[in-house]
Amino acid sequence: MLFRLNNEDLGYDGGAVLRGISITVSAGERLALVGESGAGKSTLLSVLQSRYNGNTALIPQESGLVRSLSVFHNVYMGSLHRHSAAYNLLNLVWPRQQEIRRIRPIAERLGLGDKLFDRAGELSGGQQQRTAICRAILQGGDAVLGDEPVSATDQHQSRVIMAALAATFETVILAMHDVDLALEFSTRIIGIKDGGIALDAPAGDLTRSDLDFLYRA
Amino acid sequence: MPAFSAIPTRSTPRYSPVVKTSVGFVAVAVVCLAFADISITTLDPWSEMRRMAWGMVTPDFSAVAGLGMVILQTIAFALSGVALGAVGGFLLSQIFHLGPVRWFCASVRAIHELFWALIFMQMLGLSPLTGVLAIAIPYAGICAKVYAETLEEAQLPALRTLPRGTSIISAFFFARLPDVWVHIKNYTSYRFECGLRSSAVLGFIGLPTLGFHLETAFSEGNYSEAAALMIIFYILIATLRFWLRPKLVGIYVLIAPFLLGSGAAIDMSNIVRFLTVDIVPVPLRRGGFLESQTWSNLSEWAGTLFMDQALPGMVATLLLTQIALVATGILALALFPLISEKFFGPMVRTVGHGFLVVMRSTPEFILAYVFLQLWGPSMLPAIVALSLHNGAIIGHLMGRFSDEVRLRPDSPRGINLYGFEILPRVYGQFLAFLFYRWEVIMRETAILGILGIATLGFFVDSALADIRLDRAVFLIAVMVVFNVAVDVLSRYIRSRLRLSTQAGQA
Repeated sequence: MLFRLNNEDLGYDGGAVLRGISITVSAGERLALVGESGAGKSTLLSVLQSRYNGNTALIPQESGLVRSLSVFHNVYMGSLHRHSAAYNLLNLVWPRQQEIRRIRPIAERLGLGDKLFDRAGELSGGQQQRTAICRAILQGGDAVLGDEPVSATDQHQSRVIMAALAATFETVILAMHDVDLALEFSTRIIGIKDGGIALDAPAGDLTRSDLDFLYRA
Repeated sequence: MPAFSAIPTRSTPRYSPVVKTSVGFVAVAVVCLAFADISITTLDPWSEMRRMAWGMVTPDFSAVAGLGMVILQTIAFALSGVALGAVGGFLLSQIFHLGPVRWFCASVRAIHELFWALIFMQMLGLSPLTGVLAIAIPYAGICAKVYAETLEEAQLPALRTLPRGTSIISAFFFARLPDVWVHIKNYTSYRFECGLRSSAVLGFIGLPTLGFHLETAFSEGNYSEAAALMIIFYILIATLRFWLRPKLVGIYVLIAPFLLGSGAAIDMSNIVRFLTVDIVPVPLRRGGFLESQTWSNLSEWAGTLFMDQALPGMVATLLLTQIALVATGILALALFPLISEKFFGPMVRTVGHGFLVVMRSTPEFILAYVFLQLWGPSMLPAIVALSLHNGAIIGHLMGRFSDEVRLRPDSPRGINLYGFEILPRVYGQFLAFLFYRWEVIMRETAILGILGIATLGFFVDSALADIRLDRAVFLIAVMVVFNVAVDVLSRYIRSRLRLSTQAGQA
């Protein structure tokens, strides 16, 4: 079991407040959090992330990029913990070939091969999201937690990204706004509404219309 | 007669705290003006002014030909001092959250470069190190504060995504520094421009920079040569961005120390004597620590010094600061439209820019020196010098700021535009700049003491000249406390009025 919340009230930094939340997430699950924007998906995600002591990769809503650094450097940041500070600084000033060889295929897979040394701040919203995903993939770990990681990418790219995340991480927990994509790639759907969990079921048992009530006033 | 309605209506306008604060400061300045000596004491200021103006339009570059080395040395002192100050400031900014560090930085930047130079002169003589340290120490205090604020206010979303186990050093250089690097670079290059001014002014007290020759030219009434020197200085500053390339800075900084000249040899015994004997108050030096007479002598010494010198110095400093502050504000508000696209065409703007560039590039010390020669010793030259220099700096920032205001297509023009559309929008920023400048103006009033205006700096300078270093240190301590108090008050007012605290460039 990776994550466990038992009848807890959650609220963070002015985010939405959730009451009486109980969830357990086991290794190997692919979990989608769905619900209206502002329902509390981000709150739940950040609590899950802060409770877990192992290695998780994080894709925050604003991508969490350093805008003045290149795509290469932003992706490389996913491996900062594997190297010494001196080696990291060397790569900051003068990227090593072996690191470029490690990072280029990840970037190419997500369509950023020709942007490797462009500044993150100069990229489009979708390209920035993909950069953050590359970083998470390089970082690896037991689980990835993503907050709307494909909100700015087109359908085709979204599928490539979802497949890449599923192939890299054993456990995937994503807040999503695209219900069809959630149903397609997840094993389990959690619906949030009115400050609580309104739905928690295997994705295979659900159809699109089962989720409609989450979005009705 | 039927009673007319008793509906409570508000018939008087309500003024915002920003307006009330402004009116309060103006009122204080008017009261100060009543107590300040602003007379013109020279017999015939106009003929001297004509000669000076004539000199300005007939610059004489012939004597300047041999001054290549002087210009290089002016740059070298600025480079060495600012580089040392910026590195020191950067290191201090990393521990700026510690109270003692903050107070240390506030104290060292409360003392102007010129006074640091006068202090180090006592220890090191007229050596290059005196000039470099005089710039580096206060600049370290200023840079530490600005760097720390920049790092603190930066939005750093990347920090949250770093993998667990990332070392502090890697996190700092990857996730913290890169996004603020541009700000830090810009601020440091602005500091270098200030450093050039400081370096030039240090010449007035004997270091081998531009000011040394300016002082000679002015005091001999050789205004054409003075004009040539000033023009060279303006060109130096105006072309900064062409020769101060980021890639060359490293090389410059490595070369600079070799251009500083040798100066007098440093005598360790001087330093030791300064630190262990000279700055110890006379009663303590003469009497035993355990005798009660010593301590009563000491309190009498301090009391007399405070009443006779510190207090009158503080009063004069306060009068001058408050008048100059309000004059600076009025001037800035009057000047900024000159460079704003909202008000004038390219012709006027070019002239406006020229005037503002010259006024803010001329060190306030030199402006005061010139006006003092014209009008004789009173507060007038000091007020005019401080408000012209600072007003030009704030006016420049305001002009740029006003260009960013978006107007509706049918907005009014001219004075109506100024009063109804622009001023209300930029006033908060204006006050933020002005309050930020408050502390700077007070620090500058001290250096005008060197020119004979009876501020705290005057008494410090006199004590140093009489080699009564114990008194000088006491008075400098008073100066520091006074300056830090204004800094704290300014920050309090800015936060009360919710003015932007990011006024670093002002």
